[in-house]
Amino acid sequence: MQVEITKRDYSLVGRETKLAEERGLANAEWYSCKISRQRLKELMQRRDGPAIRDTLIWFAVLIISGTLGYLTWGTWWAVPCFAVYGVIYSSSSDSRWHESGHRTAFKTVWMNDVLYEIASFMVFRESVPWRWSHTRHHTDTIIVGRDPEIAVPRPPDLLGIALSFFSLNKAPKEFVKMVRHCFGRLNPAEETYIPNEERPKVYRNARIYILIYAAVITWAIAIHSILPLMYIGLPSFYGSWLMVIFGLTQHAGLAEDVLDHRLNCRTVYMNPIFRYLYWEMNYHVEHHMFPMVPYHALGKLHQELKADMPKPYNGLWAAYREIIPVTLRQVKEPTYFIRRQLPGTVKPVTSLEPA
Amino acid sequence: MNETWIEVCNTGHIEKADVMRFDYDGRTFAIYRTDEDTYFATDGLCTHANVHLAGGFVMEHIIECPKHNGRFDFTTGQAKGAPACVDLKTHRVKVEAGRVFLNPD
Repeated sequence: MQVEITKRDYSLVGRETKLAEERGLANAEWYSCKISRQRLKELMQRRDGPAIRDTLIWFAVLIISGTLGYLTWGTWWAVPCFAVYGVIYSSSSDSRWHESGHRTAFKTVWMNDVLYEIASFMVFRESVPWRWSHTRHHTDTIIVGRDPEIAVPRPPDLLGIALSFFSLNKAPKEFVKMVRHCFGRLNPAEETYIPNEERPKVYRNARIYILIYAAVITWAIAIHSILPLMYIGLPSFYGSWLMVIFGLTQHAGLAEDVLDHRLNCRTVYMNPIFRYLYWEMNYHVEHHMFPMVPYHALGKLHQELKADMPKPYNGLWAAYREIIPVTLRQVKEPTYFIRRQLPGTVKPVTSLEPA
Repeated sequence: MNETWIEVCNTGHIEKADVMRFDYDGRTFAIYRTDEDTYFATDGLCTHANVHLAGGFVMEHIIECPKHNGRFDFTTGQAKGAPACVDLKTHRVKVEAGRVFLNPD
């Protein structure tokens, strides 16, 4: 017997949008673990030092790997050089984009804003639309019909996930959006979360992005070499795989339509190198619950909250041992999801079962 | 101009460089105390997404919304950039005999 698979409407202008609003899931109040105001204030303190240090190292690795790639171009030695360059350029820029977008990476506002613009370009996300998209993601995390950043809608598109490791599905879609923005237009979903006063910036920035890409492509054609594109453009494809490996751990396979980040986000312990590349976003439950806490204090925040949290995953492998089977199962059984075990001491949370 | 002053709290009730929520007559306000020991008041909800600013973070004269990191200068109400785009309404505050009073507009 063939089982009909019901597909939910993940668009931001469809029937699930109205349903989420009717069920009180839009702009809702979320569960928050208890922490003293005094301690939270200590953890929220902003500093420039850690992010300046990390950013200098980041650009140094980018420049060194890029220079070595240039010097070894035409030999096999260029492969590891550009492998490093690509991951730093495209994957690690995701976390820089994220932290500076929240303006928590640095204490100094302009430093956040400069890094945000650079990292947005590198991760192939237009800075203004994605700031608003991410704002909505924090308002309505994994609420179907409201959250524009649900990475694995159900039933999962396995081919799409595979293609995303090299951005073969996402980058072309982003490019189409960019071109649309150049002509002064948004898509219907963007119209729901980008305010009118921000839209001229969207169109201006899209034109700047397109001009930069056009210049690099022209340069590559002029010198009959793809080398310029190895630095700008192609890294968004060949270097994005680590971003996907990190990023899928955030929410994949967890509950939809709940008002408790402990049920729809993962905290995954990672080694210091991964935590550097990911800027501590592995503490993802903590980040969603208290987005004012800068990345360099998330480990301490985790210590404060862990008694009221589900058990963290002991590494990427532990997370994927859960994510891979549940994703495969959701292909045939889209209503299935991982129910995170909350500590027995906590009171029940406002949550609703998926429709 | 409305000259109704509402008692909010004792001066020591709010720590320096902090904010508290104050509800009165169906409205909600945020009352701030700066490091320089001066007091300010604004509407209590962020103009972006109706989140109580009293859960936010005070940095000098800036209040950062706890949900989306939108920032306002609480001395003027000025929104300091996306996602905070609409200014906050400010209200007069005075301190008398160790007590903080609010004049809601």
